[in-house]
Order: sequence, then structure tokens, then C-alpha cells
Amino acid sequence: MPTTEHTLDEILNLAAAHFRVPREKLTPDDDFFKTLGIDSLQALDLLTRLEHHFRIELPDYELQGVSDFRTLAERIQSRL
Amino acid sequence: MSEHKGQALSWQIVNGAIELTLHREPCNEIGSLMLGELENFVRALPGLMNDAHALILHSSQAAGFSAGADLRELYSRSQGMEKAEAARGVRDFLERIHAVMNTIDALPLTTIGAVHGVTFGGGFELALVCDILIADRMARFCFPELRLGLIPGFGGIPRLKRDLGNAVVRDLLLTGRSFNVMKAQQIGLVSQIAAEGEALRVARATASQVGKFDRATTAAAKKFVKPIPYEELKQEIDIFCDLYARPAVEEGLRRFVENEGPQPYLP
Repeated sequence: MPTTEHTLDEILNLAAAHFRVPREKLTPDDDFFKTLGIDSLQALDLLTRLEHHFRIELPDYELQGVSDFRTLAERIQSRL
Repeated sequence: MSEHKGQALSWQIVNGAIELTLHREPCNEIGSLMLGELENFVRALPGLMNDAHALILHSSQAAGFSAGADLRELYSRSQGMEKAEAARGVRDFLERIHAVMNTIDALPLTTIGAVHGVTFGGGFELALVCDILIADRMARFCFPELRLGLIPGFGGIPRLKRDLGNAVVRDLLLTGRSFNVMKAQQIGLVSQIAAEGEALRVARATASQVGKFDRATTAAAKKFVKPIPYEELKQEIDIFCDLYARPAVEEGLRRFVENEGPQPYLP
């Protein structure tokens, strides 16, 4: 199983590529709503892409109150 | 009229299939404008069906197929109105949208929903009237109504119960969670998954296939395998209206409408 750090790195790569943000501008503790400039519908789009990428199902209620990449990675890690 | 362009939707006949395109900003919210145009479409159907063997429903909005009922309109219309009057307005709206949904559900031709992105609430319910659902890889489905203290009101529960196992229906309804296209296909909701941006093309190919068959045979087969749960649909309207009368619903709608944060669509 990949480490949480590895999962986090994949999330940051995917988010940077999809939302066209330079990868070096994203850090684990960033508020992804602010850093990526996304709203809740775009956050659901990101969730769908992450579910496909990691081949998991992550109920959106597990993301309630989550806005940083590190916690997002922990939620995903718990489903791998 | 074989071609029509409205404010919320348009239709045309392409290679023997009626294509109904939803295109109201931002994501095809179903309020009085969309309802009125859906009613116009249903009225035009008898003429359109003379030249078509299939119906394709899809959206040209980037965000998705439909975000569902227009909650802002629902909330604003109830403001400054007597409770009883607001409740009558809601019941009237529901009866009209049910009439539209029931007509499309029972059409004697094959109906294909080509969905992408947000397919939530009333938009999900509109997709459920289709015989065959083709979903873009990025489609996402959800019945969020319980978050507002309501149940789906456009026929969603009876149609989900008709098409899926009850345990799945309970999960989707009682958690209000959204789910992706892989899950949708796994539970039997989605027939085919298309690559991003390809759902309409796949729907057109499917429409072309079903056009090879005798129309009367298709109509007889559909009538046999797809019952319309009319009694439960009526019950759904009653339950929705009972729930709508409670103060908690107005509060839930107000929270949604006034929410200016980034997460109104997250539970």
C-alpha cells in the first residue's frame, strides 16, 4: 500500500494538472478551495477524479469541513 | 415543429432521434421557466414522434446534466406569501412536473439519457425517466433532499424503487451522498460509460441501433418491462407537501440560498 505522503503527492499532481496550477505552488496544508480557486461543484469534480485515480469510493460527507490537501490524503488513504 | 429553441431548452430531430438539449445557466435548475418549456416539449411530442424512433435527453451546460430543482426560486417564491398559498404553489408545481415526467417515462419510443457532471436531485429524477442511461465518466449523481428536510419530489423515489434494489435506494436516499459513474453502473443505474465529453455521441450510436427495430414491437416491449408506479408517485407528492409545511424546511432552504461559502453542495 502506498504511504500517505505518496498519496498526498499524487493528489497534488492531479489537482495541479487538472486545474492548471503550477505544481510548485501547491503545498499539503493549503486550503484547496482557495489555492485552486474552486467552488463546491468543482470540488466534487476533483473528488470524482480522485476516486477514479485511486479506484476507491469516498462518500462526500467524509469531506465535510475538509479543505486542506493533507487531510484529504488521509481520508483517501483510509480507503486504499 | 421539428425544431425549437427556447430559453431553457431546445429540441431538434437528428437522424431519426429527437434531441432535447437543456441549456439553462448555470446548471439547468428546474424552476418555472424550465418546467414551462418542458411542458411545451411534451405538447410537441405527438408531432415529433411521427418522424422519430428515439428521444435523447442531454445538457449542453459544462457543469452537468442538471443540478435539480431551482431552490432559489422555491425559497424566494415562498417569502412574503401565506403558508397555505406557498404550499398550494408547491403542490401545483409538483403535479405539473410529475405530468411531464410521467409522459416521458411512458413514451412509446426508446428514451436515452446522456448525462455528464452534476446530475443531482430533480436532475437525477429527470434522468430516471429515461429507458437507458449513458453517463460520461465524470458524471456524479446525488439525492441531497434530506439535507433540506425534504424527500425527492419529482418522482425519484418510486422510480429508484422500480429500477434498483431497496438497500441501494435506502443508502442513496438516507445518506444523501453523491456517487460516481462506476458506482452508478455497479448498482444497475447506468447502462454505458462514455469517455469525458462523449456521452452524446454514444447516445446517438445507441439511438441509431434502436432505430433498426419495429416501433410497435419496441413500444410493446417497453410497456411490458417498464411499469409506471402511478400510486407511489401520487403518494410522493403528498409526503413532500407534508414535509414542506414544516419550518425546518424553510430554514434549510434559507441556509442553502444564503450560503456564500464554497461548500453549499457538500453535505
